[in-house]
Amino acid sequence: MSAGEDLILKIEHVTKRFGGLVAVDDVSFDVKRGEVFALIGPNGAGKTTLFNSITGIFPPTEGQVRFEGRDIAGSKPHQAAALGIARTFQNIRLFEYMSALDNVRVGQHCRTHSKLWDSLFKTPYERHEEQAITERAMDLLRFVGIEQRAEEYARNLAYGQQRRLEIARALATRPHLLLLDEPAAGFTPQEKVELMRLVDKILAEGITVFLIEHDMKVVMGISRNIAVLDHGELIALGPPETIRTDQRVIEAYLGKGG
Amino acid sequence: MIVLRTIRKVWETDPRVDPNPVVYALLAIGAIAIPIWAQASTGGNGDFWISVSADAGVYILLAIGLNVVVGFAGLLDLGYAAFFAIGAYTYAFIASEHLASTPIGTAVHLPFWIALFIALFVAAAFGLVLGAPTLRLRGDYLAIVTLGFGEIVPRVFRNLSAWTHGVNGISALDKPVLPVWLSGPWSGDPLQVIQSFKIVAPTGFYVIMVLLVVGCVVLVNNLRRSRVGRAWMAVREDEVAAAAMGVNTVRIKLLAFAIGAAFSGFAGAFYGAKLSLVSPENFDFSVSITILVMIVLGGMGNIPGVIVGSILIYAITFLFLPALPPLAEDWARNLGLSGLVPPNGEWPGIGQEVQRLKFLLFGIVLVLTMLLRPQGLIPSRVRKQELTTGSPEDQTIEDVNAETTA
Repeated sequence: MSAGEDLILKIEHVTKRFGGLVAVDDVSFDVKRGEVFALIGPNGAGKTTLFNSITGIFPPTEGQVRFEGRDIAGSKPHQAAALGIARTFQNIRLFEYMSALDNVRVGQHCRTHSKLWDSLFKTPYERHEEQAITERAMDLLRFVGIEQRAEEYARNLAYGQQRRLEIARALATRPHLLLLDEPAAGFTPQEKVELMRLVDKILAEGITVFLIEHDMKVVMGISRNIAVLDHGELIALGPPETIRTDQRVIEAYLGKGG
Repeated sequence: MIVLRTIRKVWETDPRVDPNPVVYALLAIGAIAIPIWAQASTGGNGDFWISVSADAGVYILLAIGLNVVVGFAGLLDLGYAAFFAIGAYTYAFIASEHLASTPIGTAVHLPFWIALFIALFVAAAFGLVLGAPTLRLRGDYLAIVTLGFGEIVPRVFRNLSAWTHGVNGISALDKPVLPVWLSGPWSGDPLQVIQSFKIVAPTGFYVIMVLLVVGCVVLVNNLRRSRVGRAWMAVREDEVAAAAMGVNTVRIKLLAFAIGAAFSGFAGAFYGAKLSLVSPENFDFSVSITILVMIVLGGMGNIPGVIVGSILIYAITFLFLPALPPLAEDWARNLGLSGLVPPNGEWPGIGQEVQRLKFLLFGIVLVLTMLLRPQGLIPSRVRKQELTTGSPEDQTIEDVNAETTA
């Protein structure tokens, strides 16, 4: 199928139930390669649950998640990462007592191949690979602009730097698709501008960005397409201009005018 | 003066001073000095102290291994002595007359050096067998399962008496044999050219032990600074995030478990060979706990710290505490309180009383140490910036900048 060529992610009738609670209800949409796609919706709408379904943390109860044409629903998180899906977390989940550099090095785990034997005896292959890992990690820290804090424990970084470090760590897995879960949460206006610049840089690297965000300035500013979830249901889908004026979206956010 | 200041800095974990090289150097000096000091101070009769030091080495190996599981990968293992037992019994089976008296009927005598590695692999295999079904569990649940395993294994060895001679254990295990180029006065015999050379003297065991410990420290340090070591630490810090970054968490935890078990098997084989006897009560729960205490007290995750911790705890539990009752009697006599020494009615005598209280004393020492120094005696190096960041100014300057430019 020629249309499938530029689709990187296809969500088809995905439902996620936790016991009797339907967190995501029969949601379908496509993410095109090379775009910024945003998922918005009020708190508890099921956005993060959908992210977890895509990345294998909670496999969907029903439906298919097609990534680059392959059904990945039910694969494990590390398999999703190996296929090329990386993510950040809503509440930052860094490896706190590891240096910023080591955090990014861990991100390269699934792209490196040293065996136990190599590690035990520091074979030339392993040394060579370690050097490459460190260089790439420093490059990524420079890419997000926190290279001067490479040696510090992740927990000692300022909040904004931690969010950047999470992005660098995710990029280290060499993703095709990057999922950002509320990347601008708690940011100052200045930091939001910087984040939008960073997203542009990531796009320029050929990586598709799929983000959850509450800040409408950010969402409307950078995304090509937006999906709106409310109570687990997809209530609107389209470019920012249509979403902005969509009656159901306005109701979901502001309540029904009465 | 400078020495004192350095010590104080290290004690306060001054981030500019990395204690590890100093500790390694001191340990190396100590390792060489101990046999010399023991022989010199006793006029050539220092075998006891050298033997004790070699036994301490067994615990160092165990602690280094458990540190991989608990310190690196963050998996609380309360049944670590089980793998120690498996290693020791493996050695007993393949390097003694014992199998002749079991249903198998033929004795196996493999050379020490080969048996050492067989014990290593057998223990690692059991690590995998235990780990595979249980490593899905986290934290406390895993601890309980390992606790169970640690209880089961010595019991199995005790109850399978057709195979293991039950409580009596297996005795007369083969002594290690050294290649000819290593034989000499340190082995207890005059220097001569002989092919198969049995090590009986404690100094021989001591040398082997030091070599094993050095080898293991190098290997574990390599692991720590590798892809695998980072993955372990990532799993310890945040399993979900580690998985999302492409770490196969089940596999990496299994690996930690197997490697920890391998060390234990190694130590077990050495222990069996040195003692020439294995019996189930050498591997009970208190052994697991002692090893755990060693790494927590020494500084979890930091190898030199773990080594120092194991030497200290070994010295306290196996040398200081047993020596305490006679010491107490001496003190009582010297203080003119010799009436306290013999038992009298309810009073068991001061020696016996101290004997009963010695684990209380040990407990108090542990509690005090952990209160005063919860991170362990020699923790992982605290990074330089830990002191300078997170400070309020840092945050505010950035925030102010952001406000003004926005």
